[in-house]
Amino acid sequence: MKHIKTVNKPNLQESVKKGGCGECQASCQSACKTSCTVGNQVCEK
Amino acid sequence: MSEKIHKFIQNGMYILLDVNSGAVHVIDKMIYDIMDTFDGTNDDDVVLSLRDKYDEAELREALSELHELIKIKELFAPDIDVPPTFSDIGIVKSLCLMVAHDCNLRCKYCFADTGDFGGGRELMSAEVGERAIDYLIEHMGHRIHSEVDFFGGEPLMNMPVVRRITEHVRKREKETGKVFKLTLTTNGLMLNEENRKFFNDNNISLVLSLDGRKETHDRMRPDAGWHGTYDRVLPNFQKMVASRDGKNYYLRGTYTKYNLDFTDDVLSMADAGFDILSIEPVVAKDMPYAIGESDLPRIYEEYDRLVEAYLARHREGKGFFFFHFNMDLSNGPCVAKRLAGCGAGHEYMAVAANGDLYPCHQFVGRERYRLGSVFEGVTDDKWPEYFRHSHVLNKEKCRDCWARFFCSGGCHANADLFHDDIREPYEVGCAIQKKRLECALMVQAVLAMEKEQS
Repeated sequence: MKHIKTVNKPNLQESVKKGGCGECQASCQSACKTSCTVGNQVCEK
Repeated sequence: MSEKIHKFIQNGMYILLDVNSGAVHVIDKMIYDIMDTFDGTNDDDVVLSLRDKYDEAELREALSELHELIKIKELFAPDIDVPPTFSDIGIVKSLCLMVAHDCNLRCKYCFADTGDFGGGRELMSAEVGERAIDYLIEHMGHRIHSEVDFFGGEPLMNMPVVRRITEHVRKREKETGKVFKLTLTTNGLMLNEENRKFFNDNNISLVLSLDGRKETHDRMRPDAGWHGTYDRVLPNFQKMVASRDGKNYYLRGTYTKYNLDFTDDVLSMADAGFDILSIEPVVAKDMPYAIGESDLPRIYEEYDRLVEAYLARHREGKGFFFFHFNMDLSNGPCVAKRLAGCGAGHEYMAVAANGDLYPCHQFVGRERYRLGSVFEGVTDDKWPEYFRHSHVLNKEKCRDCWARFFCSGGCHANADLFHDDIREPYEVGCAIQKKRLECALMVQAVLAMEKEQS
């Protein structure tokens, strides 16, 4: 494409159907721990 | 109406995020302008509105590219509802053990009131700690992985109990087949050869608290005699990190209104030899160092500066890992996890020194949120259910926000602090979060494109 460069292969829609295994790390969202906003995480599967 | 796209300019780069697919598109100025009008069906309106600015053939070509994205569901992807994979009831997956309600520092911004959580100074007993581990195993169901954080106060003030609990964890792992990841957060004052060896031998991850430059750190993190601590903790941290080959740690700091030029603090950490870094905005109300709405423009500028510095160091071969810019755009968490968020109150709980359970470490001492104890279990069922369902699709201000699947609704404890309601997000926190996300998306886009070119 000339005007658009997609930089990832998104998985959000697909993950609606699967996922939820819960093996991923907990993610504190406050400032007192390293606030792992969920978006910064990786799926552990 | 929920936002399906978010477009923004970060450090000169035009970016379009498709919210419901997670697709990140680097675009040109023409597409950026088109997206003011384009809804997927109105090409002629777009051409009409922009033909004075752009060539019509070029506009049609750009529109055809957008239609291609729609076809593959990477633009205007359908809204996401609560999926069946998000179970109604959470399963406890991690605990934060407040092993010491006491601290040898007097950090001015401490949420725990310098360590005692507004109550008496108290240390957790080994009995409480071991019972907490058993409680976790009894309530983690089929899950294999679990995390336990040693937290405080300052956990090094109760090292004998940290050792006992660690032994218990390793014993129970063998008995149950579960795998525990242990983390300890420390201010570094009592880090010595003996506990360095213990942490390395037992594979305990460390979160090390340093606020950056000496003047920044000493201003906010004095000891109990109000003396600066930077010169004492820095060598301890350097030795600690060197002893584990620079791995398995985080150096994290807090910035306040006093150091809104916090890029210099991050660079100071990097220059001191650390390369796994994080710095977070202070959360405080009515204090001179608190961050308010009027500080936001300055903070936004500073994140732009941090992005520049981050990329410059990366290109010089002196890159560092900055937590908030780290994001896996292709293999991020599933929707169920994005709804569960931090899990406070349903997947994650804090254990106070006396064994009482709270939704998270920040809620310790906020009595109305007491859930029960590791001995009697959860006795107040309403909170776990309420926390479980306080996700972005159930919160008015989050439901429509473009950042909903990245931030997962922000920190419940902060929402409670500012609004007495965990479903009412803390606005300044949201604003900073969104800026950090824009920076992260841009940084990841740059890194992906550089990788492709090389």
